Amino acid sequence: MIGKESTAGRATKFTFLGLWLVFTVFPLYWITITSLKAPGDIFAFPIAYWPEHFSLENYSGLFGKADFGVYLTNSLIVAFVAGAVATAISMLSAYVLARFEFRTKSALLMAALVTQMIPTFIALGPLYLLMTDLNLVDNRLGLILVYVAVCIPFCTVMLRGFFENIPDALEEAAMIDGLSRFGALFRVLLPVMRPGIVAAFIFNFVNCWNELFLSVTLMNSDSNKTVPTALNGFISSFNIDWGSMSAAAVLTILPTMVLFAFASRHIVQGLTAGAVKG
Amino acid sequence: MPTASDTTETTKTASAGPSGTGGTPPGRGTQRGRRKPEFTARRGFLIAAFMAPAAVFVAVFTYYPMIAGSQMAFRNWKLTDLTDTSWVGLKNFRDVFADPAWGTVLSNTGIWVFGSIVPQLVIGFALALWLRRKFRFRGLYQALIFFPWAISGFLIGILFRWMFNSEFGVVNDLLQKAGLIDEPVAWLADPQTAMFAVVVANIWYGVTFFTIMILAALQSIPEELYEAAALDGAGKVRTLFQITIPYIRVTLALTVLLRIIWIFNFPDLIFGMTGGGPNNETHIVTTWMIKITQQGDYGRASALGLIVVATLLVFAVFFLLATREKREVKP
Repeated sequence: MIGKESTAGRATKFTFLGLWLVFTVFPLYWITITSLKAPGDIFAFPIAYWPEHFSLENYSGLFGKADFGVYLTNSLIVAFVAGAVATAISMLSAYVLARFEFRTKSALLMAALVTQMIPTFIALGPLYLLMTDLNLVDNRLGLILVYVAVCIPFCTVMLRGFFENIPDALEEAAMIDGLSRFGALFRVLLPVMRPGIVAAFIFNFVNCWNELFLSVTLMNSDSNKTVPTALNGFISSFNIDWGSMSAAAVLTILPTMVLFAFASRHIVQGLTAGAVKG
Repeated sequence: MPTASDTTETTKTASAGPSGTGGTPPGRGTQRGRRKPEFTARRGFLIAAFMAPAAVFVAVFTYYPMIAGSQMAFRNWKLTDLTDTSWVGLKNFRDVFADPAWGTVLSNTGIWVFGSIVPQLVIGFALALWLRRKFRFRGLYQALIFFPWAISGFLIGILFRWMFNSEFGVVNDLLQKAGLIDEPVAWLADPQTAMFAVVVANIWYGVTFFTIMILAALQSIPEELYEAAALDGAGKVRTLFQITIPYIRVTLALTVLLRIIWIFNFPDLIFGMTGGGPNNETHIVTTWMIKITQQGDYGRASALGLIVVATLLVFAVFFLLATREKREVKP
C-alpha cells in the first residue's frame, strides 16, 4: 500500500499509536481502580496505582444505601424500549429516504439536521408542560416517548446510509416474485441489513442510557430515576463521595462498553455511511 | 385555419396532461408518470405512510417544545413570578448581552470549540493515517480507542474531575513524578487551568470520531493516485497535501461542520466536570443556559437558546457555501 514504510517511520507510528492508546484507556483504568479500593484507601498517600487490598465495599454500598438496582432497572427498560422503537420507526423513514426521490426530501433531511443544533434546554419548559398535560411526567413511558423522538433523526440518517449500500435490484427481484413492497422490506432487506440494524439499535440504546437532562427534568421520584440522574444526585452535594461515584460510574460505563465492543465495526460503518452521505 | 390551430393546441395540452403528474417538475416526472399513472399516487401514499411515525414523534416531542420554547424568549417568563408572562420584545436578548459574565461566556465558548476541534482534527487525522495500513491487532486497536464514545459527556466530566482533583488527583501525582511540577496544581479552582482541563477531556472524547471518518475516507482513495505520485517523485509531505487532503476534503469539511455543531451544543462535559465553576468562569453558552434555566428565568434562557440555534444555522450555511465549490469538483 501507500509507499514503503521505513523502520524509523514504523517506530514513530507505533510509539504515537501506543501513547494514544494509553491516554485513551487510562481514565477508564483509573476509575475502575478507584472503585475497587476500600473507601478509606481512595484518599490515602501515596496514591496507589495498584491497590494492595481490593474491596467491593463501594459496590455493596451502592446497592445498600442507594437504590442503585432500581436505577439500573429503570435505565435498562427505558433505553431498551426507546432504542428498539426508535430503530423500527427510523427503518421506515430511512428506507423511504434512501429509495425514493420526492420534493420534501431535502427539507426533511434539513429538519433532521436542525434537531442536532437545538440545545435541549430551550425545549425543557414546554416539554414538561406537555408531558404534564399528557399525564406522563415521572412516568417511564413518558421518558421513552421523548427518547424515541430524540433518537429518530440521527438513527434515520445512519440507517439510510446502510439502505443505500444495498442494491435496489434485491427488492425489485423480490417484488417481481410477487412480494409486496412491505414484504420485500421485511423478508429480503431486513436480513441483509441485520448488522446495520443492530448497530443502530446499540447506538440508540447507549444514547438513551447516557441521557441526563431530559431525565432529570421529567423523572422526579426516586423509584423512577435513571442512572445518570442518580449520578447527578451524587454531585449535587458539596462533597462528592468518590467511592460510590466511581463504583456507580463503572456500573454505568460497563454495559455500554460491552455493547460497543460487540458492534463497534458496524457502528463505525453506520457513522461513516450516514455522515458522508448526509 | 383557427380550428386547425385550436386542435393542435388541445392535443398539445392533452398530451402534456397525463405526463405532467401532479406537481412533479417536468422532465423528471414525465418518464415515471407515463409508466403507470396510479403508481405515483400509491407511491406518494407509501412515502407518507413510512415517514409519518418518525415525523409525528419528532414534531410532537422535539419541534413543538422547541417552537413553544422559542416564543418564551420574547416574553417575561420567570418561574419566580408566573402571573406576568407579558410580551417584552427583545428585552431578554438585551439582558443576555448586558450581563457582565457574557464576555467570559463567549470567549470560553470560543476556547471550548476551537481549542477542542483543532487538536481533535490534527490527532484524529494522524491516527487515521497511521491506521490506514493493516497491522496485527488493528481491529482491536480501533475498538479500544472507540470506547470513549460509549460514555456520556456528563460521566466523562466526572472521570476527569476525579483525575484533575487537586489533592488526590492522579494528574498531579503523575506530573510530580515526572518532575514537571513541584507543587500540586489546583486545576479546577483556577479559571485558566480549568478551561484547559475541560478541553483536554473533550479532546480525549472527540478524537476518535475524526479518526473513524477520516479513515473511512482515506480508504476510498484509489491506489493508482499514490503510485502515480511516487513515479513523479513526490515526497510524503507533497503527497499528503496534493493528493490525500484534496481527495478527502468533502469528508473533512462535513466532519468539521458536524463536530463544531456538536461541541457548541455539548454542555454535558463541563456540567459534570466543573459545573461552570469556579465563580462561573468556565461557562460556555449552553452551560450558561442551564444555569439561567435553573435560576428560573426561562425567557432569558430561551433567548440564549435562540442565539445558539441562529449562530449554528448561519455558521452551517456559510460553511457549506464556503466549501461548496470545492465539494463539487471531484478530484
